[in-house]
Amino acid sequence: MNSELSSIIESLIFTAESALSIDRICELLSEYERDQIKSALAETVSYYQGRGGGFELVEVAGGWQFRTRPVFHNYITRHIKTRASKFSQSALETLAIVAYRQPITRAEVEHLRGVDCGGVIKSLLEKHLVRILGKKDIPGRPLIYGTSKEFLEIFGLKDLKSLPTLREIQALDVQPQYERQEELQLEPDKVIPVDSQLPFE
Amino acid sequence: MSGEAQHHRDENLPLLDGLHEQYSVHLDKFDGPMDLLLHLIKKNELDICDISIAVITRQYLEFIKLMKDLNLEVAGDFLVMAATLLQIKSRQLLPLDDQEESEFEEVDPRNELVRRLQEYQQYKEAGMLIGARALLGREVFSRTASEPVIAAVQNIEGPLEVSLFELVDAFRVLLQRIPAESFHDVAPGDSLSIADCINEILSLLQEKDTISFDDLVRDEFTRERVIVTFLAILELCRLKLVRIFQGSEHGSIWFIPAVVADTPEVLSTHEL
Repeated sequence: MNSELSSIIESLIFTAESALSIDRICELLSEYERDQIKSALAETVSYYQGRGGGFELVEVAGGWQFRTRPVFHNYITRHIKTRASKFSQSALETLAIVAYRQPITRAEVEHLRGVDCGGVIKSLLEKHLVRILGKKDIPGRPLIYGTSKEFLEIFGLKDLKSLPTLREIQALDVQPQYERQEELQLEPDKVIPVDSQLPFE
Repeated sequence: MSGEAQHHRDENLPLLDGLHEQYSVHLDKFDGPMDLLLHLIKKNELDICDISIAVITRQYLEFIKLMKDLNLEVAGDFLVMAATLLQIKSRQLLPLDDQEESEFEEVDPRNELVRRLQEYQQYKEAGMLIGARALLGREVFSRTASEPVIAAVQNIEGPLEVSLFELVDAFRVLLQRIPAESFHDVAPGDSLSIADCINEILSLLQEKDTISFDDLVRDEFTRERVIVTFLAILELCRLKLVRIFQGSEHGSIWFIPAVVADTPEVLSTHEL
């Protein structure tokens, strides 16, 4: 990493309270061209990709943020109290259905799961993972639900498109493997020019 | 539920000896009828697209019976699925009447169920995959941007000023923290007046630029002290002698003198 601009961007991301989007960076650095900012950011990103270390620069919820590497969580939790977010199977199923099928009504979720989902949806709403998008224009005007920005942040997703596609799911087994996360998003086998890794537009 | 289930299971042990072994592990694992069906299909090593309805239905009904025997409440959803299975089986057995035959191609009555099961399986697996991700606050941590309170107080103007409700809320929290007073306590003779308290706060503000509400009541943490301090703060706000800030949402409440340059005049008692 050498240019001054990429250092400036690095400092902005470092001090930001949440993931910093390219739009926001451009807004803050109005004296620079968007293209300049994009290539400087790409420089920063590739620097951190090659760096290893205890934390990485990741794209979540449409922005960039420094996050620790998952493999070190055992050490980190020695001094940071976790919020112990443990999700039940029904919560995860419901969340997956809402994530893939949004906007969706409660009745549609219940049809897919074959079971009452009122309580689960309520607790997902309370955790701010799911939000009410509005009301569907059908008789009874039921509420329609979608996932929130917090959902992307907590589950470390760039955007909804980076959810694993359902076809991929069938090919994979479901043992928890944190390493797998990267494969789902980036296709490491394919060589991509640096710039196209950053779909900012 | 599992605790309760265990309890009932023990009571019914002689009755259910065989079933007990077979099912007890899975009892609280099923997340609705679809989940149970998937489990049965997997257990019998059936192809999801070519289910033997007879086998599945029998085991499904056995399971519902077991739930009843264990005095577990069988959710209506499970019964709906049982009815669906029986309907599919009966449609397989009964010939279509002439009218129906002319209207429809011979459709496998299982198709609708198979489609739902496949769809459910997809989302179930998607849910597990999502749940296996490294979660923020569990496996992954970001830098928690906690800017120094002092900076927050001095840099941010206007919008972050606390509302009355937040102040009242802080007050309520404080009151809850006060230990219940013992009946044997003798009431202190000299009660604290609001004016005294105001003067105290103002002189403290001369010494340092910011005070937190907690600081004000730290030395003497009694109900009376907290109430008087709170009223004094409200009075100071009304007189526009202090400004109130909050470092973060639900954070500590801080006070700074409204006019930093001039030393605020100490109020005399008769002004109140």
